[in-house]
Formats: sequence, C-alpha cells, structure tokens
Amino acid sequence: MTGVMALRMAPLSARIGLAIVALYLFCLLFAPLVAPYGETEIVGGPWAGGFWDPAAEGPATLLGTDHLGRDVLSRLIYGARNSITLALLTTTLSFLTGTILGLLAAVRGGVVDQVLGRLVDLVMAFPTLIFALLVLAVAGSTLPVLIGVIALLDATRVFRIARAAAMDVAAQDFVEVARLRGEGTGWIMRREILPNIVVPLAAEFGLRFCFVFLFIATLSFIGLGIQPPTADWGSMVRENAAAISFGILMPLFPAGAIALLTIGINLVIDWAAAGHHGVSDER
Amino acid sequence: MNAETAGLAEAVSRLRVEAGGAPLLVMQGLVIETSGLGKVQRIVDGIDLELHAGEVLGLIGESGAGKSTIGLAALGYVRPGCRFAGGSVLFDGQDLLDLPPQRCRALRGTRIAYVAQSATASFNPAHRLIDQVVETATRQAGMGRRQAEQDARELFARLALPDPDHIGERFPHELSGGQLQRVMIAMAMICRPDLIVFDEPTTALDVTTQVEILACVRNIVEAFGTAAIYITHDLAVVTQLADRIVVLRHGRIVEEAPTRAMLAAPRESYTRSLWAVRQIRKTPEPDHGAPLLDLDGISASYGSVPVLKDVSLRVRTGGTVALVGESGSGKSTLARVVAGLLSPTAGGVRLQGNGLPRRLQDRSRDQLRRVQLIHQSPDAALNPRHSIREAIGRPLQLHSGLKGVAREARLRELMALVELKPDLLDRLPGALSGGQKQRVCIARALAAGPELLICDEVTSALDQVVQAGILAMLQRLQKELGLSCLFITHDIATVRAIADEVVVMRRGAVVESGPRDAVLETPSEDYTRLLLSCVPDVDPDWLTRLLQQRATAGDLTDAR
Repeated sequence: MTGVMALRMAPLSARIGLAIVALYLFCLLFAPLVAPYGETEIVGGPWAGGFWDPAAEGPATLLGTDHLGRDVLSRLIYGARNSITLALLTTTLSFLTGTILGLLAAVRGGVVDQVLGRLVDLVMAFPTLIFALLVLAVAGSTLPVLIGVIALLDATRVFRIARAAAMDVAAQDFVEVARLRGEGTGWIMRREILPNIVVPLAAEFGLRFCFVFLFIATLSFIGLGIQPPTADWGSMVRENAAAISFGILMPLFPAGAIALLTIGINLVIDWAAAGHHGVSDER
Repeated sequence: MNAETAGLAEAVSRLRVEAGGAPLLVMQGLVIETSGLGKVQRIVDGIDLELHAGEVLGLIGESGAGKSTIGLAALGYVRPGCRFAGGSVLFDGQDLLDLPPQRCRALRGTRIAYVAQSATASFNPAHRLIDQVVETATRQAGMGRRQAEQDARELFARLALPDPDHIGERFPHELSGGQLQRVMIAMAMICRPDLIVFDEPTTALDVTTQVEILACVRNIVEAFGTAAIYITHDLAVVTQLADRIVVLRHGRIVEEAPTRAMLAAPRESYTRSLWAVRQIRKTPEPDHGAPLLDLDGISASYGSVPVLKDVSLRVRTGGTVALVGESGSGKSTLARVVAGLLSPTAGGVRLQGNGLPRRLQDRSRDQLRRVQLIHQSPDAALNPRHSIREAIGRPLQLHSGLKGVAREARLRELMALVELKPDLLDRLPGALSGGQKQRVCIARALAAGPELLICDEVTSALDQVVQAGILAMLQRLQKELGLSCLFITHDIATVRAIADEVVVMRRGAVVESGPRDAVLETPSEDYTRLLLSCVPDVDPDWLTRLLQQRATAGDLTDAR
C-alpha cells in the first residue's frame, strides 16, 4: 500500500491526528515566519486580553499576553520548537537504549538478563522526580543533562516493555530456526524479533512521548527544566499559573497545546498500529 | 450437493420423520459469512442438515471446511467476526437464529452442550473442577448444589475417571489432557442435554488416550440417548461413533450417507481422498548405506527432570527412521539434542562418524548446515514479518553465499522442488495455507543443503489430504537428493507411509526398534502392541472389537 493510498483510506480520527501533528510540525519548522512577534519581545501590558476581549490594550494579540506582556501566540509557536524537539530527542534516545537493552536481555537471557534487569530495578527504585532533581542539581540544568537524565529514566520503562514483548517472540520456533542457522545475536534482535514487536513499541512511543513532554513541563514548572527566557510550554504554564486565580485564561493555552498534541499523536499511532495489523493478518 | 443426492437425502429424512417424529435439529440453507471490512467470505454456504433424537452425526472435512462453524451454529452461535447470513437452525421446532439472545443462551449448556477440542484451554485454571462442572446445572437449570455435585461424581465414575469422589476438588493443571477431556464431557452431560456438539475432542490426544475418550463418548451418548454432532478430520475416528457421516468441503456438503454405506461405497472422489494418507506406503529399503547419524547412549534432562535415558539409534544414509511414541516420551527432546538445542548429559551425537559438539554455540556453520530441523507448526516456525523470499533466501545467502541472480534462480528451483508457485515468494506467511507454509519450511531446510532432515511431527497439524501430499513430496525429495530423515510422529499411518525403520520410545527410553514391517507386523514388546492396537481402523466395528478383546484378555493398559 502506497503512502497516498493509505492516507486516502485513513479513518477520520487518523486524519484529524495527522492534521494536528502537521500543524505542530509546521510551527516547529517555520516558527520565525509564522509567529507575529519575537520570542521574547514585549508587546503590551501583563495579561492583556486576546480576541475575546474587545477592550484589549496595545497592539492586537490573538491570545493575549503573558505576565511580562509578551505575545502568548508567538511564545506558543516558539515553545513548540523547544518543547517538541526536546521531547522527541529524549523519547528517541530512551527508546533506542531501552529497546536495544530489552532485546538483548530477551535474546541472551541468563546472566545478561539478570544483570540488566537488576540494574533497571535499581534505577526504578528511585522516585523519578527526586532522581531527576538530584542529577540536575549536581550536574546543572543544561539541555544535554536534561535530555540524558529523562532518557535514562524513561529507558527503564521501555526496557521492561521491550523485554516482555521480545520474550514472547523469542520463545517462537522461528527464532530457534535462526539460532540453528547460526545467526548472531544482532541479527536475531534486529531481523527476527524487532519487526514483531514494533506495534506495541510504537504505541508505547506515543504514550512515552507525551509523558516526557509532561515531565519536562513539570521540571520547567519547578524551575529545573528549560530556563527562561526561552519559551517552553511547561514553563509558560508555571510562570502564569497565578493568573488562573484572577480568572485570566492565559495558562490554559500552553496546557491546551500540550493536550492537543498528545491527542493528535495518539490518534496517528492508533491508526498506524491498526494498519500494521490489518496488512499482515490479511488472508 | 447434486440433485440426485438431494433427492435421496430427502427421501431418507422423510422415512425418518414418519418413523420417529420431528427431527431434533434441522439446519436449512444455512449461510455464515465473515463480517469484516473488505471482501466478505462465505465460510458456510447453504448447509441442510437433520439430526434426530439419539442420533450421532459425524462431520468430517479438512480445516477451513466449516466443520466447527457449523457445530457452533447448532448452538445458535457464531464466532466474533462472522454472522448468520441466511437460512435457519431449528432446534426442537424453534429457530435459534430468531430467538432473543437470552433465550438462546438459556438453551446452551442445558439442552445443547459443547465439548471443545482443547480441554486444557477451556477450563479456568483458577477454579476447582467441580465448581466449573456444576456451574451450568446450578445457575441455569436450577439444580441444587449438593444434588449437582452428587450427579457430577456419578458422571465422573461413569467416565472412568480415577477417584471420582474427590477428583472434582482438584485444579485443571493437576489432571492429564485425557482426564480433563473426560471432565469436560461430564460438564456437558450434567444437565442431560438433548444434543452435544463434540468439536475434535481427541485431536490433541495420544492414540492410547484417544481410545479411552472414544469409548467414553460412545458409552455416555448411548446411555443417555443423547443426540450428538461429532466433528473431526479423522475418518477412522468418526466411523467408530457416527450413525451418519456428512463430508464437508469449502462450507458445502460433498456427500452424506449412513456410515456403513459411505465406507462401502463412497460416491465422491473427494470422500475417497480422505483415505489418502493410509494409501501411501513406502517399500522399505533396509540396510543400504553407511550410518549417517549415530546416537550413542544419549541421556538428557530439563533442569533436574530426566527426559532421555540412554537412547541409542542410527540413521543410514538415504534412509528414514520413524521415531514413535506418546507425548512426553521424549521424541522431540531427542530431536533437540541432535540439533544441538539441548546439551545431552551423557552420550554423543556423531554425524558420518565425526562427533558433533554438544552445544549449539560450539558447532561450526557447516555442521549446522548438515542437520536441518523442521518444526511441527509452520505458523510458529516462519517469521510472520518475513516474506517467503526472505525466509528461504537467508539460508542460501548464509550457507552458500548466493547473491543476486544466482540466488533468485535457486529460490525458484527450491519453490519448484516443494511444488509451490514462484509468485508466492513475495507473500508473507499469513497469506499462505497451512500446507503451503509447511512446504516453505521444507524448502527453507533444503536451501541449507542438508544431509539429515529431522522432521518433528511435520504433518500432525495438517489435514489428511494435505498430509498425503507432503509425505509423498518428502519421499520424492529424499530419493532425488539422497537425504536421510529422522521422522518423529505419533501417527502409525504416517510411519507406514514413510519409514524404513521404526524406533518406539516411551518415557525417555527406547522400547523397541527395528525394520518397519518387523516392528509394525510382529511387535515383540507389550507396549508396542498396545500402541498399535490403539490406532483406529476405518471400520465401524473396530472400537467394539477392541473393547471386547480388552475385556476378555484383561486390560492391556495394565502394561502401561
């Protein structure tokens, strides 16, 4: 099935998901062109109203301004860049590590499995937030450290899932056949097992991506994530959280942006996973 | 069904109606379709059936013929993904397809019962057997708990279960497969239904156990006058039980006749082909070649459980040794030892006089190439995500370094060898039938260029007709390529079809071995005789005769 045909046959939910993801990607790639104002440009008074407020002061801002008078829409668009890139990078890294180690544990078994399993247990034994806080406090809150810490923490969860899924596949006769053929561990992991666990892993990727997103937002919220004045949806919520008590809608916009992306990605992944099944199970 | 047979069947059923009142179950023009998206397939296509009270009807056909679907339709049920698309199922005068779901459910278990193929998969492992057996009786039929339990114990006794008074207290995993199957029959009988559907209840069992189950089924159906639909793909089994046989193919009735009439004079060529495996017979060629594989005093264990005890056997170049025994006798374990998947605790494996390392990791690629294992289930042995080209092409690349055009040419040759069309090469295994998949597995083994094939029950999961095709092909390949074969099976008909020599195993040890005809015709051990006596013949009197013999000669099962 070609890509175009697949798109044409996609159900409505998948199309909505694709549209949402496309919109975000567009903002991510062309932020300076799309955003009406600069990332840190102050355009008006704090918490000015947006399109809903006929009495809005200063230059027209669609979604109003934040606590420092910066344009919320522009910051959301720039924030997409930082938040999504960071989350994507982190999730990819955690999946690479988690899946490779999980597959290795499942294929080699024995001592390798035991050592990896116990190491993961060890990392998992720490509450994630405390562990992240500890590392970030010691090593400083720079982007590489942030990515590394979150990826490591998340990789433990991915490891568990990849290992469990791979164990089921590794018990199948075709893996035995591959062993009897004299295939190496790498081939068995990559060619025999991985294609059979792609679907659950992809579904997990969508979920994990959103969790990472929220985790970065949490860290930003307590001031250890992305540092100001860089725009990031999590820190945008934090900086403007107080506004809620005054009945100002502003903090809901970055929160909504996170929620919408989460939904979009999961819609796409559900469809991709189902499509994968459909093609292979056709008799 | 052609017009003539239809007319005949009609006449027969008219006679029946006049003789014994209205039939218990009538299916008229039953059509069942898959209801998924995409193309709709008719899996049952216009079936007309009649079953009278107390009658046993045998449904026979290859897998995919719609046997189980029809069996379930007798309960007014279709599997998820299917739907009734036409016709009617009249049970005792009411159309199950029109009944409200609740009333239909109330009939199931109380008046119509179902016995599934795998008893192990059908019991809930978390509950005691007695609770599961009496559930329908107490919840649906309004029987008192105590009375239901009493009744269950009587049924257990009647089904010859050991310790009938207390066996219900056990959990499913504490019983053997054959015992569980009998408990399931008790569960089906507890409400004294008018109709029981048996869906291949003995297919997963050993022959020795199968005989016991067959005797139980017949005994209980006769005792309570229950009507039954008995579904199987084994002609010999169905002839022991059924008054009438219906042969199915592609969801349609091929032929329907009383059992003896069908056996004496099958009308359709398809019906005759159901005998197919039984008609292949290899002329054994004993003692014709140097020993290729030599097993010397092999012992092996899983953890601390010993599975093989001092097993020695020899396969000659170009010869076939059949390894026969019940499940748990260690046949497959021996295959794993030879292949290197399990290290023996004692003894050695020699190929052409040279010892093979015990562990897989220590064997060279060339040693791996020379011994190829073909698994029982082609579904599990083929990676569902690899196309046929990848599956067969990989050993070509790995063992003979073929690439590009040469590899493609060899691929086509191999496909021709296993009688498959080359356009299947780009398909995924899911798009192939069971028989085709097994042929792909054989082609994959041949791609390595082996000297010894270990066939581990390669035809057990297949239908008689497909089985016959594969066995004939294996024999041809063996002759053409000069392969030796260690053939593991529990089916004596298969042994006759393919073996030169036979080794009988039991509880991890060799009981008897020798040339095929010597072992099969004049067995010297009691156990071999028992095993052979349990293989059903296509003869409606076989079971009766066997049970009589056992009754008079004292139970041979004592030898077990």
